[in-house]
Formats: sequence, C-alpha cells, structure tokens
Amino acid sequence: MSSREKTLEALKKNQPDQVELPAITSYEQSEKDNVLQFKNTLLFIGGQAIEVNGYGDMITYIKEHFGEAKRILSTIEALHPVAEIKAHYPDPHSLEDVGLTIVNAQFGVAENGAVWITDDLLPARALPFITEFLAVVLEKKTIVPTMQEAYDRIGISDYGFGVFIAGPSKTSDIEQSLVLGAHGPKGMTIFLI
Amino acid sequence: MKNHPELAEQFNTDEARVNWHDETLWWVRTKRDRMSHALPEWEQLRESASQIKNNVLSNLSDYLIQFESNAKANGIIVHWAADANEHNAIVLSLLRQQGATQMVKSKSMLTEECHLNEYLEQNNIDVVDSDLGERVVQLAKEPPSHIVLPCIHKKKEEIGELFHEHLGTPKGNADPQFLTHAARLHLREKFLTRKVALTGVNFAIADTGEFVVCTNEGNADMGAHLADVHIASMGIEKIIPQRKHLGVFLRILARSATGQPVTTYSSHFKKPREGKAIHIILVDNGRSIHLGRPDFRNALKCIRCGACMNTCPVYRRSGGHSYHTAIAGPIGSILAPNLDMKKYADLPFASTLCGSCSNVCPVKIDIHDQLFKWRQVIVKEGYATSGKKVGMKVMNSVLSHPSLYRTSGKIGRWIMNHFPSVVNNKLNPWFRQREMPEPPKESFREWYQKNKKR
Amino acid sequence: MKVALFIPCYVDQFYPQVGIATLELLTKLGVEVTYPLQQTCCGQPMANSGFAHLTPNCDSLFIKNFSDFDYIVCPSGSCTLHIKEHLHDEIRPDEALSIRKKIYELTEFLTDILKVKNLTASFPHKVGLHQSCHGQRGLHLSQMTELTAPPFSKPERLLRMVDGLQLIELDRKDECCGFGGTFCVTEEAVSVKMGKDRITDHTKHEAEFITGGDMSCLMHLEGILRRQHSHVRVKHIAEILNAQ
Repeated sequence: MSSREKTLEALKKNQPDQVELPAITSYEQSEKDNVLQFKNTLLFIGGQAIEVNGYGDMITYIKEHFGEAKRILSTIEALHPVAEIKAHYPDPHSLEDVGLTIVNAQFGVAENGAVWITDDLLPARALPFITEFLAVVLEKKTIVPTMQEAYDRIGISDYGFGVFIAGPSKTSDIEQSLVLGAHGPKGMTIFLI
Repeated sequence: MKNHPELAEQFNTDEARVNWHDETLWWVRTKRDRMSHALPEWEQLRESASQIKNNVLSNLSDYLIQFESNAKANGIIVHWAADANEHNAIVLSLLRQQGATQMVKSKSMLTEECHLNEYLEQNNIDVVDSDLGERVVQLAKEPPSHIVLPCIHKKKEEIGELFHEHLGTPKGNADPQFLTHAARLHLREKFLTRKVALTGVNFAIADTGEFVVCTNEGNADMGAHLADVHIASMGIEKIIPQRKHLGVFLRILARSATGQPVTTYSSHFKKPREGKAIHIILVDNGRSIHLGRPDFRNALKCIRCGACMNTCPVYRRSGGHSYHTAIAGPIGSILAPNLDMKKYADLPFASTLCGSCSNVCPVKIDIHDQLFKWRQVIVKEGYATSGKKVGMKVMNSVLSHPSLYRTSGKIGRWIMNHFPSVVNNKLNPWFRQREMPEPPKESFREWYQKNKKR
Repeated sequence: MKVALFIPCYVDQFYPQVGIATLELLTKLGVEVTYPLQQTCCGQPMANSGFAHLTPNCDSLFIKNFSDFDYIVCPSGSCTLHIKEHLHDEIRPDEALSIRKKIYELTEFLTDILKVKNLTASFPHKVGLHQSCHGQRGLHLSQMTELTAPPFSKPERLLRMVDGLQLIELDRKDECCGFGGTFCVTEEAVSVKMGKDRITDHTKHEAEFITGGDMSCLMHLEGILRRQHSHVRVKHIAEILNAQ
C-alpha cells in the first residue's frame, strides 16, 4: 500500500464525526476611516504612505528620494521618466541590483497596512522581495477594513502567485530588536491616489 | 538523556539570564495582548478559527484528496510521506534529480521534527537555513529553542561572536542592525546561487490547491522565486477548506505570534513559474495516529504561533532546549508524547497547569487539560518513576482513611516541631530554597472539636 | 440553607487559622456552617500527578461527607476546582454530579450566593493580591488578562470592602507563582524561580502582605519569603476579610 493510501486510510479510520463549518461573520469596525487607519498602521509597521495627486507627484518624490538608486523598475508606463518599464523579466537573478521598484496593488487592508499584489502585476515574482526599496501605487477607494473583506474581494479569482505585503521586510530575531530590511526591501512607500 | 527538570535546573544556574529570557518573552506576550485587546471580535475570531479546524479534523482525508487534485490541476507535484524518513528521502531524491548539492531553506518546524538537516548533511547536501534566527542556531549547531523566535535564548554578544567566526564580522560587534545586515549579505549570495529552495507551509487550501507561507523577512519568497525547484513540506493537518478562511486565520496568526497585525509577507503559491517546478510533500509522521486519540486530537489544530510558549511561566524560566524536542513549550508537551511516550514522559509534568496557554491559543486548544490527561496516560502506561508510584499509593491510602490521615498529620506536625531536621534537609527539594511551614499545635479539626462542636 | 465547610487537608494540618477565619467570617454573615469531621482531601495531589485512577476512595469518602448539604464552601480555588471537574463515583454518579454543582470557593460563595455588599473588617495595610490560577482561570473568580473581555474580580471586590486596606497594582496581574502541586518539588528550580519572581513583583510595589484564595500558593511564597528573611507576610483572604 502506498503512503498516500496508508495515510488516507488511517485518517478515515481515526477522524471524528463530521463537524460543520461555521459561518464566517463580518464584524463591525470601530475605526470607520479606512484610509486613516491604513496610514497609521503602515507607519506602525515601518512603512509610510504618501498622498499624491498623480504620477507627476510620484516622479518628483522618486527623483527627490531615490535619485541615487542604481536601477529603478516599474510596470507603470507613466513612470517612464524615472523608471525602466518592462512587463517581464525571465531571469529574476538579473534583478539583484534593483534599488527601487514601483508596482500597482489591487487593494489595501486598513487593519494591517497590507496590500494585495498578484503576479499579473509583477514583471517577476521575485521583484518585490529582491528590490532594495519597494513602492506601491494604491487607490484609496480600494482599501477594505479587514482581512475578511479582503478575501471577499479576492473571491475565487485565479492567479499563479499572490501576496499580501505589509511594510518592509523585517526581523526581530536578535534579542527582539526590530531591524528593517532582513532579506527583502529596507523600506516601503505607498503612494495613495 | 537529561529530562526537563534537570535541563531546567541547568538553565536556572544563571539567574540573570533567566530574568532576561523571561522578560524578553513576556514582552512578546504583552505585544500580543495589545493586538488582541484592540479587536473587540477577538474571542469570536478564536471561536471561528477553532470551529474551522474542528471541521478540518473531522474531514481531513477528503480535504487532502481535494487539495491534491486541485494542486495537481495547478501544476504542483504532490508527494505523500508516511513518516519523517520518507519525507527526507523524497527531498533528497528531488535534489538528486536536479543534480543539486546545495539547498536553501526557510523556516519549517516540520523539517525540524523530521531532522531533515542532519539527514541531508549525511548525504553530502549543504543546507542553509535562511531565516535569521534559524541561521544563527544552525551556525551554533543547536536546534531552535522557540518555533517563532528560534534564537531567543541567545544574547546579541553571542550572535556577534558566531558571526565573527563564521561570517567574518569584526570581533566584538554585537549591534543587531549591523549583524542583520551582515546576514543579509551572506544569505543573499545563497539565494542567488541555489537551484532548490525548501519552505514550510502555514496553510493549504483544499478548494483551490494553493498554499500560503508567512514570513517577516521575505526569506521564503527569496528562496522560492529565485530557485528552479520549490519544495514545500507540509504536515497534513495544515489544510483549511476554503480561501476565505484565511480571512480568519491571517487575522489571528501574527497577532498571537509576535503582536504584529499580520506578517510582512503572506505568500499564496498556486502555480509554478513557467518552466519551473513546485513540489509539495504531505507528511503524516504520527498525525493520523494522533487523530485517533479523542482526548488529544485537537492539538492538531495548532497553527504554530508560539503564543503558548511566550505566555508559559515555565517555558520562560526553563528555556526551549529543556523540552528536548523540536517543538518546545506547552504545545510541544502535548504533541511529543504522541510520537514517543517514554522519551517525552517528563514533558506533560513540566507545567503548573496554570491554564494561560489555553487562554492565548488562537485556535482554542485545551492545552492545560491535555497536559493533565497525558499525565494520566503516561502513568497508566507505566512511565512514572517507581518512587513516585509508591509515594502516591501511600498518600492515597492515608487520604482515604480519616483516622489514619489524622494520626499521620499529628505525628508529622509533632516530628516537624521536635525534630525539624527530618524535613529540613537537602534531600527535601522543598527545603533547598524554601522554609517548611511552621506546624501549628493543633489542626483545624482539633480546634473545631474543642470550640465549635455541639 | 445547610452549608458545609470543606477545609483542604494541608490547611487543616498547617494553617488552622485559615479554617477558623473562614468559619468565623461565614458565621458573622449569618450562615450556619457545619464541618463534617471525617473529611480529608479532594484527591488533587494524586490526580495532578497522573494517578487519578487511585482516587476513587478519596472521592467516595468526599461524597459520604458532603452529599447532605445545600452548599459546600471551601477556602481554596484549587481544591474546589478539582472537585468541580473531577469528582466521580461509579456507584453514586448522581451524588457526585450534584456535589460538583454545589461546591463553591469562598469568595465566589460570598459574591454569588450571599451577595455580600459590605463587610465589617479592617486591615490597614498595603496588600498585594495573588491570583491563584485554578481559582482564576478554572473557576473564573477574576477576568483573565489573556482574554479580550471586560474586567472583574470577585476577591478584589471583597478586599475593597475592607477598611484601611490598600490594594497595590502588580506588573503581572495573573502570573502563576509556580507552586503547581507536586511540581513544586519535581521541578524545584523553576518552581522556586517563579515564586521569587512573583514575590519581587509584590515587593517592588511595596506590599506588606500577599493575600490570595489558595493557601498552597501562599505556603510556597511564604517558604521563599522566610528563607529571604523578608518582612513581607502572607495571609489568606479569609483572614483579611475576617480581620478586626
């Protein structure tokens, strides 16, 4: 008998009587201002949100803060004055020297400052991790209160890879001292439009 | 091998260090409280999570079949491993297929449970743990002492020393920021050169055939997206029915674990990249047996947040290594006896049954009740020490016979009054660091008979 | 109302003053209390050590002693919890079940059954309250810091009725003291360390007395305090609620 059959047989024999799945309730949120909560939470987790009026503002900001970056990549056409625009990088190892990446996110989550990004928005899955700094363009109206609404929004949509990103990469493994930029981005900026 | 009391005593020889360990973990507990108390629906979320997991356990075989077929349809290759050996052999064969002699790995308690690293090293595979804490303990040739905070027992100076020795950082530099940056550079080279990456699995969704990996560092993603082959090792109990259930679990996992609103990365792997491969290994290793123990099965609901360790007053003062098993603390103490009751007979006794663990558990495992129940099983199976057996029988017969009880009490108090050295000596573990109570002249009953009895 | 007093074995033998205070306090509140003379122990020391299978004799003795009463009051959360959760008898299952429902820890009885609103007690000292785990997490005598739920505390509410008593705040409101039954000797190192840390929390906040609902925890803390030659003393909550 294969391990698969052995395991499944043992489970069938040992599992308890069927227990029903609970209904997933939505909870009323005390904080009604999703955008404000998103901004505050993002700050708390080491990121920052910047309200912009359009791509012009973003370009100015990027020039001002990331002028020194070796390589700036984006998938957003309008950012071509400051970024290399490409839809696909077949070899992610070539992204090792990227200083800043700017991508779109589907939506944000107020309670934890996370943004949801699927691989159709990414020129390579590795990019938001390997880049030294990450910037994300997020429409304010897309921000949902909690992860429950977030999954309502994702629904049964298809993707190859999807990720919630909440702030910069971090670790507290050494004596619980928080350090930003463990393996991934050292900083995360969200352009709210 | 030393047992928990002996290892704990060893840990307690350096009291300042125990204080530091206790306070560091208590701080994590405090952060967890701040997060959980800020959500009015917290207790309902725990209840939902618990019920979802109860449903999973009652239907595990079907959910696994469903997951397998959906994952396959997504292009993920599914393997089944009955035990640790089979799991390790599958990983090795996948490495050999690639002609790889090196692998980068992110955190997976399952691979600790299976002792994968040792196995691969014996087979000449170079494994690098990429989680910072795991890398630290790997360099120190130690197991992790905590499932979420693997090197929480190490001081930064010790880590500085390790990095000096292995990564060539300047001697005496113990700045966490500096050391983390050194590890980043050291591990980035590994990520860029390894063809095979192994990750754990936090949740696998039966309905969609995808799985979710949560990290703060981004090391699982760095490994997986840069390698040709991604191997994901998963305990079979990690299944959840539908994607929307993540809306419950991802709200409680990081809040319980570290007091963060969510982990930095919650990565959903559904399909491999073009031309690349994802393998998932579904590991039983005693879980199906555990499921057959009605009193203990709901320990399989565990989502490995580590909150029970952070809150456990014993864990904080005995250190993770005193549990001599891959998963330490309260949850480890109810999981381990399922695998080897004799070897881990001491663990269910390494608790005061204070119950704090059950209260913080985000999936409402009745941890302290299970500790109590494991004690009964372990004694019945004959794993109690013989001295304890005799002592308990004597105690029971005294306490079952009122007159014998009264006489013994009287004699006992008389001896303590007249010959205190009988109890006040080094052989009495109570007396080593505590005074014995001062025996009164009369018992309550004697007083009552004199003063109140009508 | 027929009320029986259940005095745990170690209180009977080592802390008769706690039994006396409990009896006097209840009498003062107008309750007629009987102390069944053949009582010994609840059986917890065996059960918590994994020897629950040895306790049927203890259990049937308990039932024999206490089944005739409307209420059983005990100045120990731990022993009360043990009876509530584990008392059983194969010959008289219903009587066992009925006892499990009518046994009350002292502060619980004062709060929920007698509905005490005020006390004539005076204890002009700084007092720290040690929440014993079995009373708190087992019997829910107080809210637990782990939960997201409104705070309450039955023992604290009663202590606030005592004249002159000043309740101190603790850094860790409900951390275990490390007594844990046989744990206190089988895991001596950790047990003592836990006790020392609890004491530090109280002394740091200038407690003169440490009180609580379980003499077992207090006995452990007292043992450490005396070894440290500390001036801080322990007192069972019954003694304070009965203090003049």
